[in-house]
Amino acid sequence: MSAIAAETRLSRLGRLMWRRKAASVGAIVTLLVIVSAILAPWLAPYDPNEQNILLNLAPPSDEYLLGNDTYGRDILSRILWGGRVSLFVGVSSIAIAMIVGGLLGIIAGYVGGRTDRVIMAVMDVLLSFPSLVMGLLVVAVLGPTLTNLIIAIAFTAIAPFARIARAPTMAVKQRDFVEAGRALGFSDLRIMLVHILPNIMDEILVLASLWLATAIRTEASLSFIGLGVRPPTATWGGMIRDGFENMLDAPWLVLFPSLAILIIMVALNLLGDGLRDATDPKLRHE
Amino acid sequence: MSDTLNSPLQPVLSVENITTEFRINGAWHPAVRDLSFSVKPNETLAIVGESGCGKSITALSVMRLISKTQGRISSGSIRLQGRDLLACSEREMEAIRGDAMSMIFQEPMTSLNPVMTIGDQIAESLRYHRGLSRRQANARALELLELVKIPSAPSRFKDYPHQFSGGMRQRVMIAMALACDPQLLLADEPTTALDVTIQVQILALLAELKERTGMAMVFITHNLGVVASIADRVAVMYGGRIIEEAPVEQLFDRPTHPYTEALLRSMPRVDRDRSELHPIPGQVPPITVRTPGCRYADRCPLRIERCIREVPPLAPVGGNPHHTARCWVRADLPVQESIAS
Repeated sequence: MSAIAAETRLSRLGRLMWRRKAASVGAIVTLLVIVSAILAPWLAPYDPNEQNILLNLAPPSDEYLLGNDTYGRDILSRILWGGRVSLFVGVSSIAIAMIVGGLLGIIAGYVGGRTDRVIMAVMDVLLSFPSLVMGLLVVAVLGPTLTNLIIAIAFTAIAPFARIARAPTMAVKQRDFVEAGRALGFSDLRIMLVHILPNIMDEILVLASLWLATAIRTEASLSFIGLGVRPPTATWGGMIRDGFENMLDAPWLVLFPSLAILIIMVALNLLGDGLRDATDPKLRHE
Repeated sequence: MSDTLNSPLQPVLSVENITTEFRINGAWHPAVRDLSFSVKPNETLAIVGESGCGKSITALSVMRLISKTQGRISSGSIRLQGRDLLACSEREMEAIRGDAMSMIFQEPMTSLNPVMTIGDQIAESLRYHRGLSRRQANARALELLELVKIPSAPSRFKDYPHQFSGGMRQRVMIAMALACDPQLLLADEPTTALDVTIQVQILALLAELKERTGMAMVFITHNLGVVASIADRVAVMYGGRIIEEAPVEQLFDRPTHPYTEALLRSMPRVDRDRSELHPIPGQVPPITVRTPGCRYADRCPLRIERCIREVPPLAPVGGNPHHTARCWVRADLPVQESIAS
């Protein structure tokens, strides 16, 4: 039968993804990181900004599990709080990119013709910038605040979402139910949002999980070069930058935030790969 | 509005002299030429013809669903209850489609959105056109599912299209089309993709619903057996034109145009021997080929010289104004004087 169990597409996606060990590990770790970031105010043993000169560069101890930084602040607490910023920036910028890029892609694919060519030409220009360079440019122009950081990172991810949304839109547009919808008098906007979008959502979500990792990395990179959220707010990139000068005396300053970034990146990529494999049509009959 | 017959009922749909053209390699070629027909309430007009004769294009023209980039309706008028559809804006057409007139398609397997439940898809049109609340729309959608005889409708309301068979999906399509009580239903080969037994059920259902609602129906098909069972009147199309139009019994009793005659002869019948099947030699000329005369001329055994030169008008047959044909030889046309004007 040509029609697959479409209603369960998302839940089926989850099931197929879950079957892959690596992907399920990725999903669990991602979930843990998200939960710990949300619960940071309760999980963090100390105030992340509380300075204690006596604990300057103190190594990990029973009391301060991951040690203390230049100002004697607790690194574990700062990592937990920093995760909030990194995830918040990553999730919100990807959400913006997903909405803006996804809509542009659907419009380009659905309307076609000149509209399509103009939108995709602009997207190609955006794609030609590496995301870090583009983020740098936007933050440099707008100024380094949290909002601008989110806008900058969202900007770097719009083009890939437009591309990923456009191709399946062009395929779904040809299907009979779109014509049937037009025969029922539905407007183009309604057909795009109510009828085409749910049919291409899984492709967009897979890309979102992969790009979330990129967004977190871009945020860390921008913070590292000093264009991220202003100190004393804890961010992973900012912590690495602060610890950089003392890397040889107190490597834990750099090591633990770097590990945090590494863990979330690996987890998100495993999750994204698993989701991508699960949407592979060759696995339809599993 | 010009009403040709002295009937008390005004036609629901009257199409006059429409020509629909498509752009092929930069030139416009007509797929439907100078086509006129009308349908009254509670009447079924069947449009019959082989693939490529323009019957589906006719339906899409009435719905104004011809792709704007490749096609256009270059002349004529389409009136739905007196309202000129060709003068309507796209937004006005959106309000009319699915409400005052709706259409069902050939492929029930793919004409439903795979990620929406059956109930939601029927309710969507009611909420969109009638502004019903979710609860009202769902209640009405359930009634519609029962109207189209989906067994144990309440339990299937939340099912998805892939859980339905082809015949059941076509019933759902019919329910969606009828949701807003249209005055006109265009059915484009709605039974072609179905098994013969299911075909009969769907035809019976459509006939029953038409009686019940009094809507007008334009039924497009290539299957003359289907025509015999559902139509009140039949229009036979060939090469983008209606070449014969008659009440259904008359068409079968007295096919006048040589093409209609050949079409009836080429239809397999259980009560006749297989050897009596007569295929029509030759092919339909492609729409890019322009001919000054009758499009059927080069396949026609009765061809006279005039057929190649001039397109015959639709003229009465045997003095009957309700039976018309487009044939220099067979219709009531004076052989000598030229009628083309």
